[in-house]
Amino acid sequence: MAFDSRDTAAFSGIWVFCEQRGGEIQTISHQLLSEGRKLANDLGTDLCGVVLGSGVDKDEIKKLGGYGADKIYNLDHELLKDYTTDGYAKALCDLIEDKKPEVVLIGATNIGRDLAPRCAARTHTGLTADCTHLDIDVEKYKAFLKSVSTLDVDNMEFENNTNLKMTRPAFGGHLMATIICPRFRPQMSTVRPGVMETQEFDQAGADKVVIEDCAVALAPEDIHVKIESIEKAARKLVDLIGADVIVSVGRGISKDPEKGKAIAQDLADVLGGVVGASRAAVDSGFITQDHQVGQTGKTVHPSIYIALGISGAIQHKAGMQDSECIIAVNKNPDAPIFDVASYGIVGDLFQVAPMLTESIKNILDAK
Amino acid sequence: MKAIVCVKQVPDTSGVVAVKEDGTMDRSKMATITNHDDLAAVEAALELKDDTGCEVIVVSMGPPPAEGMLRELLAMGADKAVLVSAREFGGSDTYATSQILAAAVNKIGVDDDDVVFCGRQAIDGDTAQVGPQIAEKLNLPQITYAADIKKDGNKITVKRLLEDGHMMLTVETPCLITCVQELNKPRYMTLDGITSCYSKPYEVFDFETLKNEPLIDPDTIGLQGSPTNVYKSFSPPPKGGGIMLEGNDQKTCDQLANMLNEKHII
Repeated sequence: MAFDSRDTAAFSGIWVFCEQRGGEIQTISHQLLSEGRKLANDLGTDLCGVVLGSGVDKDEIKKLGGYGADKIYNLDHELLKDYTTDGYAKALCDLIEDKKPEVVLIGATNIGRDLAPRCAARTHTGLTADCTHLDIDVEKYKAFLKSVSTLDVDNMEFENNTNLKMTRPAFGGHLMATIICPRFRPQMSTVRPGVMETQEFDQAGADKVVIEDCAVALAPEDIHVKIESIEKAARKLVDLIGADVIVSVGRGISKDPEKGKAIAQDLADVLGGVVGASRAAVDSGFITQDHQVGQTGKTVHPSIYIALGISGAIQHKAGMQDSECIIAVNKNPDAPIFDVASYGIVGDLFQVAPMLTESIKNILDAK
Repeated sequence: MKAIVCVKQVPDTSGVVAVKEDGTMDRSKMATITNHDDLAAVEAALELKDDTGCEVIVVSMGPPPAEGMLRELLAMGADKAVLVSAREFGGSDTYATSQILAAAVNKIGVDDDDVVFCGRQAIDGDTAQVGPQIAEKLNLPQITYAADIKKDGNKITVKRLLEDGHMMLTVETPCLITCVQELNKPRYMTLDGITSCYSKPYEVFDFETLKNEPLIDPDTIGLQGSPTNVYKSFSPPPKGGGIMLEGNDQKTCDQLANMLNEKHII
């Protein structure tokens, strides 16, 4: 039957694009499957993972069942070994047109955000970028709204349907919007890495997952962009997105940037965290750009975020204010960072941070 | 040879952010700027012009005041500007926007040796979707997250950023490239550019201009036609409720560490 994205009734099942790089399934795939599992349960439908690659280890693919997948579509082709827009878009769109999934979730990585818009345009459907929360069930969505907004949820009208409600920040986090795609299928969404919780690996799920090998119609002339090389960063870039604890430095370290960074690193080490930075610290050349948190850098939401000598420009706050616990140390009692802080200490980071490291170390050592 | 650059005027979210009672952004109360990544795209096109003498055309979809931004880009060195503006286009999501911009770019014409540049993403929507979707509608190969661009005849070599490194990619024109801020440092307007920016070619494409373009489907543009709709929007509540600790000595730090411990944060 011909593919028609407006024939919404013809679509079923929830899909997760399981990204691999160098044959290694990326952790975002586990996060999305775990989230997709809940959505599939609400809808009473199957959760399918889609793996595109060449010679990806079958055991690794089976493991995806341990994160909730009922079924895996395995697209194995030598032209899918490394990511190309053309190759991946064609293979994924062909599969979407053949199987007609109701929902397709893709990680909002530099690969996912290249692939998803191309596929949505080709299959004539909507796409919501960089989502941080997903719901299908209306009651669950209402409960979510109550927990994150000041809206009078009980006195609002909600149409009861099974559209995917995709919530995402806009305007640098100043506004949250929930987006729906009611008239077209599949409902597509890219999901921000690190937001969705990964469920505990379940061996029984891995044992019973069904792997379906799918034919891939791809020829070299389909691919117009040639990969000359893929280079991993020589210096290991800091993984802010995946970090559970981030200790960030700002302009406050300017009187001795090296010492300031070392102090932050000590505090991060005690907590098993990494060092981040404000744009001001990066622009001043104190620290490299991969450490930058904020609108033009990365959005993070670790369990603990410690801001040392960061005033709290609006872009920086937008990039970290969803952290679970925010601790701010700043000499200026009026620094805006204190507005979002769970705990604030007014003082010089060069004195306070080493003492805080000591205090936390004492507690942890006693455990 | 041409370089066509798609540009967006955005509210300056680093300044005062005004939110209306219904939770939507009050753009009328906010200053506007040229989107940062788009400026990098304009600079990339102007560098291509420096090397090859190609024509640079800037295209923007937006309300009539976006003319001011386009005039500034002409003053930076662009040769021609097109404003795509119509009530029918208002409220478009990325699918609809890319359809309209693709139609506009197609009307300008993409020749074999042309390059279309976009910014990676706009700071208001942060979607990064419009560039790739324009490429799809125009059936052009795309390279996103470009942090370095070298052109040799019809062959373009691009350094594409990944989270954990980068890819070196080659593509032949015509193609579409989305640029990140790190790519370059946009030049300033020149005095000569400022005096001549009102005499350079400037066109407005309205609904009448584009409605019969083959890429336009009137059913999927504007607020009504867009595949995605806003279901609810809200401002995140202010955090507040934080605890300011007294003092800044070891005792204060011990006190904080104890609180973190009691709440199982550490």
